[in-house]
Amino acid sequence: MTDKRFYGDLRFSWPVQVGLLVALLVFLCLVPLFATEHIVSIFIMMMLYGYLGSCWNILGGYSGYLPFGNGAFYGIGGYSSSLLFIKAGVTPWLGMLVGAVLSSVLAFFIGLISFRFRLKGVLFAFITIAFAEICLLVAANVELFGGNIGILIPLKGNQYAIYQSTSKAFFYYIILIMLAMIVLLTRLIEKNKIGVYLVAIREEERAAEALGVHSNRYKLYAFMMSAFFTALGGTFYAQYFMYIDPGLMFGFGASLEPVLRTIIGGAGTVWGPVIGSVVLELLSEVTRSLLGEIGGLHLAVYGLLLILSCIYIPQGLSTFIINLVKVHSYWKREPL
Amino acid sequence: MNVTVLISSFINGLVIGCVYSLIALGLTLIFGIMKIINFAHGALLMIAMYSSFWLFRLFHIDPYLSLFINIPLLFAVGVLIQKLVIGPVMEGPHYIQILVTIGLMLLLENVSLMAFTRDLRSVTTFYQNWVLTFGSVTIGFTKMAAAILSLVLTALLFLMLKFTIFGKAIRATSQNKTGASLVGIPIRSIYLLTFGIGTACVGAAGAMLIPYYTLDPYIGLSFAMIAFITVVMGGLESFGGVFISGVVIGIAESLGALFMPGSMKMVVVFIIFILVILFSPLKNIKEQG
Repeated sequence: MTDKRFYGDLRFSWPVQVGLLVALLVFLCLVPLFATEHIVSIFIMMMLYGYLGSCWNILGGYSGYLPFGNGAFYGIGGYSSSLLFIKAGVTPWLGMLVGAVLSSVLAFFIGLISFRFRLKGVLFAFITIAFAEICLLVAANVELFGGNIGILIPLKGNQYAIYQSTSKAFFYYIILIMLAMIVLLTRLIEKNKIGVYLVAIREEERAAEALGVHSNRYKLYAFMMSAFFTALGGTFYAQYFMYIDPGLMFGFGASLEPVLRTIIGGAGTVWGPVIGSVVLELLSEVTRSLLGEIGGLHLAVYGLLLILSCIYIPQGLSTFIINLVKVHSYWKREPL
Repeated sequence: MNVTVLISSFINGLVIGCVYSLIALGLTLIFGIMKIINFAHGALLMIAMYSSFWLFRLFHIDPYLSLFINIPLLFAVGVLIQKLVIGPVMEGPHYIQILVTIGLMLLLENVSLMAFTRDLRSVTTFYQNWVLTFGSVTIGFTKMAAAILSLVLTALLFLMLKFTIFGKAIRATSQNKTGASLVGIPIRSIYLLTFGIGTACVGAAGAMLIPYYTLDPYIGLSFAMIAFITVVMGGLESFGGVFISGVVIGIAESLGALFMPGSMKMVVVFIIFILVILFSPLKNIKEQG
């Protein structure tokens, strides 16, 4: 089964690419200096979901194995750093690494059993959901983890050493760096053999194995990377909002939101998750300002968009736009 | 812990398990024909429960009578969904089919959140506190009624699949799509019919559950989880297997509640689920691509 969505890649020459990237980075760096608090917080959410979507994309987009339980890693990230901070006074900068390592260990375990037993498609999705749900139940029922009430992180003021600040700009730059890192990582993966192997696994796993690709090993690498970085995102969320609870961190929603953005933007592409989250975030801002604050409205819109994009542009927005541009330039070049 | 408690919770699990089976049968019917796991199944159950709730609240129609409204209503909803949402992606890759049903789930859940708010809803009936006593075991009347109705409907569904011409066509399609269309079975209509019947199952289950469940827009997910577990455990396409595993899950959940506090009982169910997925012989026979 070949899939059209993966051939869309707008090939600028490299100086243009670098120029565009630098321009984008400079623009993003300047945003907090001019924009209002509200705009900055919108940018933070865009970048956070772009980041989480990119994490999911490493396994979900490239290898075609759909993990629907990334909430488990997100939550472990948020809970590890917060608990270590509150109970032991460990700075969340260290706690986030603990969470990330724990998450990749869990991913290793889940991946090992499910790839060993050759789970695919829906069954793999189910097993990841099951693990996330177990994490949710444990977090909600064990006293140590704060139970259903969740954890409130005490504010100690502007202390960068403990990942705290009263200004949004601080968090803005952190998430900007995280996003830049993950985009770079995705790019590296895509251009190196691991990316090629993952795509081969997605297109025809048996053939890939027959050609000597250790499919299980590379799926595991991808899954562990995905888990590691998702956990860092969980810590960011905890520090930014200073409050976490089991539903927010481990719930099906937490697993699903990044997936939505990635699919709508274009799974298996470097910029897809980012484009998806920009579009959806803008859309939810627009609906909010037009219709006011109605609980569930933006998620209903996302649901509708997901259905429409699955039916009409299954390759995702980014590839769709690129193809439009290509077709357009083609017609200009060779008029019939 | 004495034996009576154990038996009592066993029976209670058995009783709720019958309803789980009915819900899961809807899911498995859809999977059997279309090879699609419908993530929106739980959300449709939620819609059915709201339908019964509002019929009771606005028109004072008894929940058990609303069964006769819910079944055709949800059948129509199912046909519509197949026509508009699932149909267009039937030929597409597998992950798109998963995602389209997830989109549907989000849409249904959040539209009902907008329409009905987050308030917990429940109906007050004159029979809600009736209790049936068998020796030392007691069961709520509403639970027992739900179980019996589920059994009756399951039997009807089974008979329909086995002995009517529609049932025959559905079974033929599930066995061999190409063959079925070669002998003149209209496959697309069979898809519509199957999805309709599958959702009609949750339509019925919703009407039976509302007398003893408190309803909110997110109730669907937990039922959907249980239905997924049941379906995978029952062997995805086997009618009998799914029925038995529904009952087993009900019992496991109910016994788990004795040993684990609060919602921790679900941990037992999920661990069973993981083991079942890993050791399910089915995944080797047909690769879910």
